[in-house]
Amino acid sequence: MINYVYQLVRPGIISIKYEDVCLGDEVIVKPTYMAVCHADQRYYLGKRDFNKLSSKLPMALIHECIGKVVHDPTGTYSVGDKVVLIPNIPPKSPSNVIYENYAKGSGFRSSGYDGFMREFVNLPVDRVVPYKCVKDSYMAITEFVSVGAHAINRFKKIAHSIKNSVGIWGDGSLAYTLACIIKKVFPGIKLTIVGKDAYKLSQFMFADDTFLAEDLPKDFNIDHAFECAGGEGSYYAIDDIIKHINPQGSVMLLGVSENKVAINTRDILEKGLTFIGCSRSGREDFENAVKYMQNETFAKRISRIIYEDKPVGTINDIHRVFQSDLNTPFKTVFKWNL
Amino acid sequence: MIFGAIVAGGVGNRMNLSGLPKQFLPLGGSKKPIIIHTLEKFLMCEKFDYIYLGVHKDWTQYAEELIEKYNLKSEKIVIVAGGADRNSTIFNIIDAIEKQHGVSDGDVIVTHDAVRPFLTLRMINENIEAAKRCGACDTVIPAVDTIVESKSGKEITAIPNRKYLYQGQTPQSFDIKKLKKLYLDLSDEEKSRMTDACGVFVARNEPVELVMGDTFNMKITTVSDYKIAEAILGGMSE
Repeated sequence: MINYVYQLVRPGIISIKYEDVCLGDEVIVKPTYMAVCHADQRYYLGKRDFNKLSSKLPMALIHECIGKVVHDPTGTYSVGDKVVLIPNIPPKSPSNVIYENYAKGSGFRSSGYDGFMREFVNLPVDRVVPYKCVKDSYMAITEFVSVGAHAINRFKKIAHSIKNSVGIWGDGSLAYTLACIIKKVFPGIKLTIVGKDAYKLSQFMFADDTFLAEDLPKDFNIDHAFECAGGEGSYYAIDDIIKHINPQGSVMLLGVSENKVAINTRDILEKGLTFIGCSRSGREDFENAVKYMQNETFAKRISRIIYEDKPVGTINDIHRVFQSDLNTPFKTVFKWNL
Repeated sequence: MIFGAIVAGGVGNRMNLSGLPKQFLPLGGSKKPIIIHTLEKFLMCEKFDYIYLGVHKDWTQYAEELIEKYNLKSEKIVIVAGGADRNSTIFNIIDAIEKQHGVSDGDVIVTHDAVRPFLTLRMINENIEAAKRCGACDTVIPAVDTIVESKSGKEITAIPNRKYLYQGQTPQSFDIKKLKKLYLDLSDEEKSRMTDACGVFVARNEPVELVMGDTFNMKITTVSDYKIAEAILGGMSE
């Protein structure tokens, strides 16, 4: 079968690659909904290091995607079953110790490999997770939720047992999603959000407290922290966290920064802090994310950060979606009709 | 019900690449025959109840063997002997549908050239919707070149306004009952002039909706087309 792959060939330029796809032993999925990630937007705008950009393009963008099964030679799924697509490509010999999203030899669709902007997506059967009974436009950001689920999974395993209070630095989509997960997994925990934008902070009405970073009280303290600021904000967020975290706290780092960030190691040593880098997610995290999404309260909370753009039926519509995403504060999702 | 009809009735070989009719030539890295690429795209559409292949009677067994070879054998796929031309192949398929399933109001047939393997699921879905809505539809792309008319073949007789011109592709899709009724109403002379099933509707002033095709939804009929198709897919097979 000849498949249409919508590749970014240069920043702002999309072209079609025609690909001969074999109906072998993989599941074939028709993408139905997608969501834009900051990483996609950075590629689209060319806001990546020139060498990185040239080594990765041409490439189909988008790694947040759901779809319907149209063909499954393994017999696991029926035609029409709704599934979430996993962009991570695990190494050939998986480890029981190292997570698939960090393992050497692993890959990622929409970073070095074609993402999901295709007419059909062929994947090994373990790279899809089924779901039911949740609005498709909400499920479109399941990959994003799975990144939060992964961080929470690691937090549960690594952070010490005193988990009375947690702070999230950041007020964007990732911070919001993580806050939803924390409230679901640890309902008794005191959750504080530290941000820069009063409007965005006002969305976190289920948190116990919110502060603008400059208004943070001197005596404010938390047992553990999640850094979701990223970019230029990483430095200030990490510095604040080191100041306000209690001894031996764990700091989960999730914000992506293009530049190196200076860190106050003296106080890290003095407080005996643990820093844990979290990026992407694996199958287990997707399964947990789907469970979270199937909870009505959780899905409704998540829906507050979703902006559904008009459907995509042409290449011009792809450009429109990336433009819309620049003007929306949270997550842009869209129906995929190509 | 919704029926797919892949038309591959020809045996003519303008390609001079092999003794095979063009729809059976290998294409792409998988070297799968063109008709298999097309059939696989049809199989991705869950709306089809059955997919008929109209193949020249000398090649029906070959087509059956191909379907088996590529593990596509299913009750959903039916091979029918084609007729002398495109329209008669379509009507052979409609006859087979009537015999096997009967035809009810609102049943739709999506007809497509086997040698257009670059069609997309979007085109198929939009064809089905348009045929249900309007009774007939044609997949087209806006004409890019200026089209000139010459009745003598020597001098221009007219230059139609390009903004009203489109190039016809396939799929073409129809309400089966309506298509048959209109076709039976045509005289033998009209039928012989009719190379295109949409023409049946146009001849009786019945509307035919347009569905947007794609430049690359090309018809592979010549060696050049075949080379272009191979190049699009990343290389020429020897």
